[in-house]
Amino acid sequence: MYRYDEFDHKFVAERTAQFRDQAARRLSGEITEDEFRPLRLMNGLYLQLHAYMLRVAIPYGTLSGTQMRQLAYIADKYDRGYGHFTTRQNIQYNWIKLEDTADILQALADVEMHAIQTSGNCIRNVTTDHWAGAAADELADPRPIAELIRQWSSLHPEFSFLPRKFKVAITGAPHDRAAVKVHDIGLRMHKNDAGAIGWEVMVGGGQGRTPMIAIAVRDFLPEKEVIPYLEAIMRVYNLFGRRDNKYKARIKILVHELGAEKFKSEVEAEYARHPAQSTEVDERELARISAYFKAPNYEELSRFAPRFEEAKRTDPEFARWAKNNLAAHLVDGYTIVNISLKPEGGIPGDATGDQMRQLATLAERYSFDELRVSHAQNIVLAHVKLEDVFAVWEALKASDMAAANYGLIGDIIACPGLDYCALATARSIPVAQAISRKFANVATQEHYGAVKLNISGCINACGHHHVGHIGILGLDKKGEEFYQITLGGSSSENASIGTILGPGFAAHEVPDAIETILNTYVKLRVSGEEFLHTYRRLGPAPFKEALYATA
Amino acid sequence: MPLLKNNAFVQDEWSTLDDDAALPEGGKIIVSFPRLANDWDLLAKFPGVLGVKLANTDKIDSLAPYFSQLAIIVLAFPAFTDGRAYSLARSLRLDGYRGELRAEGNLLPDQLQYMRQVGFDSFAVNDRFPLQSWQAASHQMSLAYQRGLYRVAGEGEVWSQRHQGFAPWEEQPHAG
Repeated sequence: MYRYDEFDHKFVAERTAQFRDQAARRLSGEITEDEFRPLRLMNGLYLQLHAYMLRVAIPYGTLSGTQMRQLAYIADKYDRGYGHFTTRQNIQYNWIKLEDTADILQALADVEMHAIQTSGNCIRNVTTDHWAGAAADELADPRPIAELIRQWSSLHPEFSFLPRKFKVAITGAPHDRAAVKVHDIGLRMHKNDAGAIGWEVMVGGGQGRTPMIAIAVRDFLPEKEVIPYLEAIMRVYNLFGRRDNKYKARIKILVHELGAEKFKSEVEAEYARHPAQSTEVDERELARISAYFKAPNYEELSRFAPRFEEAKRTDPEFARWAKNNLAAHLVDGYTIVNISLKPEGGIPGDATGDQMRQLATLAERYSFDELRVSHAQNIVLAHVKLEDVFAVWEALKASDMAAANYGLIGDIIACPGLDYCALATARSIPVAQAISRKFANVATQEHYGAVKLNISGCINACGHHHVGHIGILGLDKKGEEFYQITLGGSSSENASIGTILGPGFAAHEVPDAIETILNTYVKLRVSGEEFLHTYRRLGPAPFKEALYATA
Repeated sequence: MPLLKNNAFVQDEWSTLDDDAALPEGGKIIVSFPRLANDWDLLAKFPGVLGVKLANTDKIDSLAPYFSQLAIIVLAFPAFTDGRAYSLARSLRLDGYRGELRAEGNLLPDQLQYMRQVGFDSFAVNDRFPLQSWQAASHQMSLAYQRGLYRVAGEGEVWSQRHQGFAPWEEQPHAG
């Protein structure tokens, strides 16, 4: 994985010193809260309902054991002993004191981490496939270009006061696990007949109150042109994006209002007007970065792992977890271990300091000292030997991280909701917990198969409910929380926005409503058909009828 | 409004001319972009020195023919969160404008380095902040990842330095 050199170290050290000074000026009253706001936001510091919240960047979701240990240390020393992994592959701490923030940033800098641009109207932390570099279906590792974009976008003087936040997602695999079509910019790797890498550039996807699927502006952008081309897109957005209404300020609205063709021609005109003087340094930098992402030193192993097979035979609980939580690795004898942070009745994405240390140990011992945070708020050990999987599982089980529900109905994505967030209109966490308890039985979950359930506590859609196969949106009606259900969303390569089924439900009614939907699916599915496919084949009618006809 | 240039407060020698005001005999005057375009026949013969103030919505493509006649371009920051002028400034510099580039409006000391990096070299600031705050803020980061930014002594481009043999992009005049 990427390591800082002297320049990166100095950059983050200076940034930390700068923030220490800014925080001191705020504490002394020299600058107002309004003036401090954009400064703290660009260092990941929010003011939430009860306290400051610090969001730490985990670039493209990859981190080392040492870094995970430091996150555990911060959780224990400065928060309440836990952290929350987010849908953007970051971690956030919900109980932070302003006075401590500069020290926390220093602790992060010590392990080559920061909180730069995890919030604010700037280019946010770049996200990618959590199986990058390991997935069997991948063309090439997308993380080198992600790191290049991270560097280029860091404190970019031209693009730090955009109309609104800006999110870039990247996939190197045809099966899109990075949701690139619902980001401000999505990049998808292609290879041409000559074997050269190019990027499909998609712009204007997004969720929030106006969900939209991105349009493609380039089908095959040569890799060396990615940075200058992104500059052109950003400049068009910075100049012409709406600033009169923050709910219409994302680039998706600009794309929508101009129309796809006009937007494309504006970008191409800007790109032609200010061509890069040379892309040679970009290419050399990308080559330098790529060396850090060379494949680890895999052992030559047989595809057949006798100890692993034996463990599955003798321990049905392990067998079930292995069936649900492992994914195909590109190298024989290795597997991808998906660790669900969704125990029965738990808070999706939360991990304690002790759990983080356990994860660090497992990564160091079994996965080339590397961890991933997935946008589904889970943790991934990307390169585990099949023969080690049982030992990993036993350790996970001892730390309450062995939920066998990866990709099933219990693997719920949820935003922090009204329990923490100042924007929320309803609580998300208790609803997630109730659903998790309702479907606690893994056999029941397997019966329903692959289904993504997403919960957002307000229209801003941080829980990505628009692209959940089942989406739940918490709203407020005259002081009462109620929950709207959408079906048919997807963030994959066949992305779609879910359709609202009908009137909302009270919090206590939601788990039963979900059960009704799932049972309707089971009744109507043809053999082997997943939930989303049944929905797409039949549309909302049978689900509506099941939910509302008898009511 | 104090005027900040080269890390010091200086006297502003420019005066802004309203669109309906008569042209003076000489001096240093700033006009709006519409007036520049509409009155060009008259302004081209102006015996003094000429500058223009742009609105954030002005299309700057059509400004290039006037560059050689302009000694100053003023860009507005109606709010410190309104970042359009950063892109306007960068575009003007990329288009070849080499005169004074002034930022005016609601500016914060912590934005000074960004503004300088995209090509601004004078700053009409509000008087809330003492000179020391501006001086301290003008040079907080000694490194930038982006190439082609305006720099002062002691500031470097990471990528250019990593890959020796590549000079930083072009000489940078007017880096206030």
